[in-house]
Amino acid sequence: MVSDIIISIVSEADIVAARQKGRALGAQLGFSSSDQTVIATAISEVARNIVIYARQGEIILKTVLQNNRNGIEIIARDRGPGIPDIARALQDGYSTSKSLGLGLPGAKRMMDEFDIVSKVGKGTTITMKKWVK
Amino acid sequence: MSEVNVMEVPILKQGQYLIVSIQSALTDADFLRLRDNLAEQAGRYRTRGVIIDITALDVMDSFACRTLRSIAHILRLRGAETIIVGIQPDVAFAMVQLGLTLGDVTTALDLDEGLAILRQKIKGDRTNGV
Repeated sequence: MVSDIIISIVSEADIVAARQKGRALGAQLGFSSSDQTVIATAISEVARNIVIYARQGEIILKTVLQNNRNGIEIIARDRGPGIPDIARALQDGYSTSKSLGLGLPGAKRMMDEFDIVSKVGKGTTITMKKWVK
Repeated sequence: MSEVNVMEVPILKQGQYLIVSIQSALTDADFLRLRDNLAEQAGRYRTRGVIIDITALDVMDSFACRTLRSIAHILRLRGAETIIVGIQPDVAFAMVQLGLTLGDVTTALDLDEGLAILRQKIKGDRTNGV
């Protein structure tokens, strides 16, 4: 049984640590190497969002099981400024920083399930899942 | 407080070329430092071509992609062509899913292929001999 892994994100160096831990957990759960890369890349995007917009937060990695299928659940949580317009934040090419604006929509495309809860002034929680094929 | 890791990416000079071999995962700051070092060295060595070998990169996210693109554009303004080599199949797959492209930056399978392209490009636009 794998317990939750919590990675605190306080600097951009933690982005690398978070995605490496995500890849390792993905490998343990039986994801293909290509899916491990997809998981690591999605983690990189949501972790960078924390660093850019909220400055600090955490990434939680969990093992989930549904209908006999293993999966990984990734929660990215911060108490930053929140996202005023989530629909817009999920549009390709939309960014309030100088990024490409592909981070959130890209992460959503890469994962099987993707959910954002955000409150302006309170913070943002992104929950995403991917199932072993 | 997290540790500040300084990952110096080796830049090898070979004739009119610079060869950059990324050896491990890089943080955003490492990428920016690489960009600055390359812009400076390309001028100092009068470099005509730069190869960036990213075989060892296991993740290419939007930041890495954007920085590689800007490196290539900066170097072009400094008179050097950049070729990115060694994008792994899994990385290419994830880039496509994420929607990342390297734009007009030339890519090649590996170092040998990259060097061959550079020789061709530089021969092509130079008529006064090298």
